[in-house]
Amino acid sequence: MKILAIDSSGLVASVALLEDEQVIAEYSINYKKTHSQTLVPMLDEIRKMTDLDLTTVDAIAIAKGPGSFTGLRIGSATAKGLGLALEKPLIPVGTVEGLAYNVWGYPGLVCPIMDARRAQVYTGIYRFTDGSFKILKDQCAVSVEELVGILNGMGEQVLFLGDGCPVYRELIASSIRVPFAFAPANMNRQRAASLGVRAMELYREGITETTDEHRPEYLRMSQAERESMQKTPLQDAGSANGQ
Amino acid sequence: MQDKLILGIESSCDETAAAVVKGGRTVLSNVISSQIDIHTLYGGVVPEIASRKHTERINQVIRHALSDAHVTLSDIDAIAVTYGPGLVGALLVGVAEAKAISFATGIDLVGVHHIEGHISANYIEHADLEPPFLSLVVSGGHTHLVNVTGFGEYEILGRTRDDAAGEAFDKVARAIGLGYPGGPKIDKVAKEGDPDAIAFPRAHVNASAYDFSFSGLKSAVLNYLNSCEMKGEQIVVADVAASFQKAVVDVLVENSMLACREHGAKKFALAGGVASNSALRKAMQEACDREGIGFYMPSPIFCTDNAAMIAVAGYYEYEKGVRSGLDLNAVPNLPLGTR
Repeated sequence: MKILAIDSSGLVASVALLEDEQVIAEYSINYKKTHSQTLVPMLDEIRKMTDLDLTTVDAIAIAKGPGSFTGLRIGSATAKGLGLALEKPLIPVGTVEGLAYNVWGYPGLVCPIMDARRAQVYTGIYRFTDGSFKILKDQCAVSVEELVGILNGMGEQVLFLGDGCPVYRELIASSIRVPFAFAPANMNRQRAASLGVRAMELYREGITETTDEHRPEYLRMSQAERESMQKTPLQDAGSANGQ
Repeated sequence: MQDKLILGIESSCDETAAAVVKGGRTVLSNVISSQIDIHTLYGGVVPEIASRKHTERINQVIRHALSDAHVTLSDIDAIAVTYGPGLVGALLVGVAEAKAISFATGIDLVGVHHIEGHISANYIEHADLEPPFLSLVVSGGHTHLVNVTGFGEYEILGRTRDDAAGEAFDKVARAIGLGYPGGPKIDKVAKEGDPDAIAFPRAHVNASAYDFSFSGLKSAVLNYLNSCEMKGEQIVVADVAASFQKAVVDVLVENSMLACREHGAKKFALAGGVASNSALRKAMQEACDREGIGFYMPSPIFCTDNAAMIAVAGYYEYEKGVRSGLDLNAVPNLPLGTR
């Protein structure tokens, strides 16, 4: 079972090759170049370094969102092109879930936070107990205040990670009432290897999609749709917003 | 080389398109998935929505183009993809898709300029057309008068100083209540109107005889509408549409013919979305006939944004040895004739 994993949901571009229980290669870049310039050359570097015959890849794992709209699309279109050419399925993995796998086994709540702008974070709340992954709150876009309120209510120690940490560190520290910590640099950004490990599990559970049906999960409407909803409010505006 | 197969991919604005072209001239398939119905709701193209729709549709469109052409990726010699100019988010979808396919299959990749594609659309139905010739590219985003000196070689003679011709059509259409997209709607309504009813200005740019300016004309139309309203005069929409259209067409034809005379051009090719405009097609044909210049224009299906034209342009670049790397990026304001 061989998986190519791709995450370009945030500022980091990350790709990895996994085979069964091993990470064969992982390449991450957190630099000012655009994903459009880095992502495919990074895949090519992995191919060359590991003498990879691309036709032996079984599936392509892709960070499905949330994240930067443009970043998600570069990743998605890359995964779709690979899937189309190689005739292989995609494994969509929630970006926030993939981040949580960076700290697999943490004895408490795991809470990745990605800066979602507009005073919100993309987040989720997870727990790793007895070697299994539990979703306590599925990935969503909420305000930091609301998130801290939920965590205070849960009353357990929590580990934060993700690019929202530097942005909201002080706000969190001033309002949280449970023991908390921020993950160090080596585990606080998107890593395709973590995404790939989660993808292996999803693949075994039969969660794949065809390259044609795949689309990013933005968790947010475009600004134009949002403004048009505000002008003619519909009853389900809130739920359509994914919030 | 004659039988080389090029897969073209285009996603620079609101059409997701793929096509397969043989030998640079024979279109085996030309699939266009238009998003116009969605954008019409917003009165114009919404970049974020366009980018989302491209991502949803691109694989089906490519598959469809391959199956219509009765080929598979293994038959394709090169992938030509639009990498600019256009909406950056929209361009990135096609570029990322094309690079991934190129990487996975080893098929050569050629980045194509969108305007070069529009000009090259003329090669599809005119087997005799070869450079040198002059071309006028008119669309929603572009108004360029170009000297095509060779395959893939361009010298820009003139361009718009403000609004593109198609943009002016959209804005005026909105002002007279015709809605989006303005080009086809004005074209249709103008057929019922008198093109000489209202004397709108023919704008010329003093510094350069080949440049265009349409914002003054647009303002003149808006001023006319306002003054009618103030005076309580009835606005005849068909007359406004016809008079505005004639003012645009006159300037496009006049500048084009001036350039043809001064460059001794024997051939002239119209291109771009606005090249579908029936008044422009007719006026340009008549002007070229008068001047004794060979006139070329694509069928409307090849005037609109499509991938066949990108595959054709890509073919000639490929023949010249042009190849793009896996780091090819979208360039939203890519100048014509550069790499």
